Amino acid sequence: MRLYGIMAEFDSPQGLVEAARRTHDAGYRKIDAYSPFPVEDLAEAIGFHSNRVALVTLIGAIAGGLSGYLLQYWIATISYPINVGGRPYHSWPSFIVVTFEMTILFGGIAAVFGMLALNGLPMPYHPVFNVPRFAMASKDRFFLVVFATDPKYDAAGTRQFLESLGPRSISEVPS
Amino acid sequence: MAEQTDQAANRQAPVISPGYTFGTVTDKISSIVLTRPTSNGWFVGFGISFLLLMLLLYAAGYLFVRGIGIWGVNIPIGWGFAIVNFVWWIGIGHAGTLISAILLLLRQSWRNSINRFAEAMTLFAVACAGTFPLLHLGRPWLFYWLFPYPNTMTYWPQFRSPLVWDVFAVSTYFTISLLFWFIGLIPDLGTLRDRSENRWARITYGILAMGWRGSARHWHRYESAYLLLAGLATPLVLSVHTVVSFDFSIGIVPGWHTTIFPPYFVAGAIYSGFAMVLMLAIPIRKVYGLEDFITDRHLQNSAKVMLATGWIVAYGYAIEAFMGWYSGNSYDSFTLWNRLHGPYAPWYWSLLSCNILFPQVLWIRKFRTQPGLLFLVSAIILTGMWLERFIIVVVSLQRDFLTSSWGMYYPTRWDWATFMGTIGMFLTAMFLFVRILPMISIFEMRTLLPEAEVKAE
Repeated sequence: MRLYGIMAEFDSPQGLVEAARRTHDAGYRKIDAYSPFPVEDLAEAIGFHSNRVALVTLIGAIAGGLSGYLLQYWIATISYPINVGGRPYHSWPSFIVVTFEMTILFGGIAAVFGMLALNGLPMPYHPVFNVPRFAMASKDRFFLVVFATDPKYDAAGTRQFLESLGPRSISEVPS
Repeated sequence: MAEQTDQAANRQAPVISPGYTFGTVTDKISSIVLTRPTSNGWFVGFGISFLLLMLLLYAAGYLFVRGIGIWGVNIPIGWGFAIVNFVWWIGIGHAGTLISAILLLLRQSWRNSINRFAEAMTLFAVACAGTFPLLHLGRPWLFYWLFPYPNTMTYWPQFRSPLVWDVFAVSTYFTISLLFWFIGLIPDLGTLRDRSENRWARITYGILAMGWRGSARHWHRYESAYLLLAGLATPLVLSVHTVVSFDFSIGIVPGWHTTIFPPYFVAGAIYSGFAMVLMLAIPIRKVYGLEDFITDRHLQNSAKVMLATGWIVAYGYAIEAFMGWYSGNSYDSFTLWNRLHGPYAPWYWSLLSCNILFPQVLWIRKFRTQPGLLFLVSAIILTGMWLERFIIVVVSLQRDFLTSSWGMYYPTRWDWATFMGTIGMFLTAMFLFVRILPMISIFEMRTLLPEAEVKAE
């Protein structure tokens, strides 16, 4: 049977962060940690330092603001000009509200769907769910997985290394 | 100095009662949805709300057949209950966003136990609010004419009109509130997926959780997105009631045309919203035994917010009255006189007592932790805020510049049926929400526990 990786289970966020840090220090790079709530420093510990959600949100917000303003400009001056009491067609102060709302709307949509896309969600199937104990990952247990694709991975050695971290249990993740 | 702060900290009730672990917090909140049998009280409450919802459908159906002549609106008062209720409902929604976004940015972690149902409240309140302008359109089936889309009439909306701004503000607000609420739910939906025994429940929660597995990389991006969304929702929520107030203040009607409207509307919105939060939280924590999570601290803090925003609202009334006198404008001063002594004077005096007089009991510490009393004060505030919108909409239109165009507004039974109907719609949605989704954010509650802390190296 081919394995997807080896999974170690911990009792506390502290235990998981320390184990993740030592695993990363030992040279493992294709690893992931799972916790029932966001744990400070955990992403750092597995060597994941920055994400691109903020960039995606910024692009969305700028696109929204620009399209909102340009839409109003085009309608008010080119496509459907209406003379209201001799005021200029390009009456930009009246366009601020809709431009602002479109900035927020597109920024928010980009933040949510960008986050989901970068996370690869929705993902109906993932090998870690094959481990029965992993159901506890959404309650009160903390898991560390070393993937079989890691260059340093070897079934017996990696398992031995994970055991040295003092986990509560070790499971193999079938792929 | 340090001793003093310690004492102050001890006097405050905790955000979450001691003795809970990750497991017990999870069990307690998820069991309400997954294992606890549905009580008879729930069915009775849901049944009554559902009947009211049917009343709304009946009133709306009759409206579609007969037109808005069945309401009491007529010139000069073309904006009757529909706009009063629209502003009232959308204001209630604001507290939910304040709790979920602004308090998150201010690192007020006590918000973690009330943000989920406050966000749900926002969503349902905005849905109720949106019903009114749509029904008021006269031909509601053409509502999509409000949005700019290429059409064979070669027509576009007028972007210099505050009513068009309002369409954008409210629809953006609803969308962002829905997204915020939904991404907050994803990790908890994962918890429900992993814990439910029922196959269909597992499949449904599983689909909604989208395969969430709590990976550290996912949490990292998730927290960025959540924080960014909070940062976007904060100016948004302030803008929404500002834009609603523009619907009035851009016009030249005396009583509407004033610059105090935006801040005073936003404060009033948060005022009524916190009153609704308390009216929901007090029965919910009692019925579901959640006093350990929604503690006296939450009641106290909400009461304090109401006290503060109540005074901003009172300041708004005072400035309106002052400007009526100081402007020297005879129409403005007549508006003030008409409020105090005109045919709707009893409504205005009730508004002042509901919004300014009675809430002052909240100054007393003991009263801020008495659920029954807080519930009563909240009901009074919600009534007062409804009256405020009635005064603004109706009394300003009632007697404007020309005596020959004065009139009176009498709501009909269909006005009341529609209003009661939206209360039914709101409560129906609320009852379903507490039954099928975790009403307190489980993962955010876990982060409040002392064992969640990770010591730095």
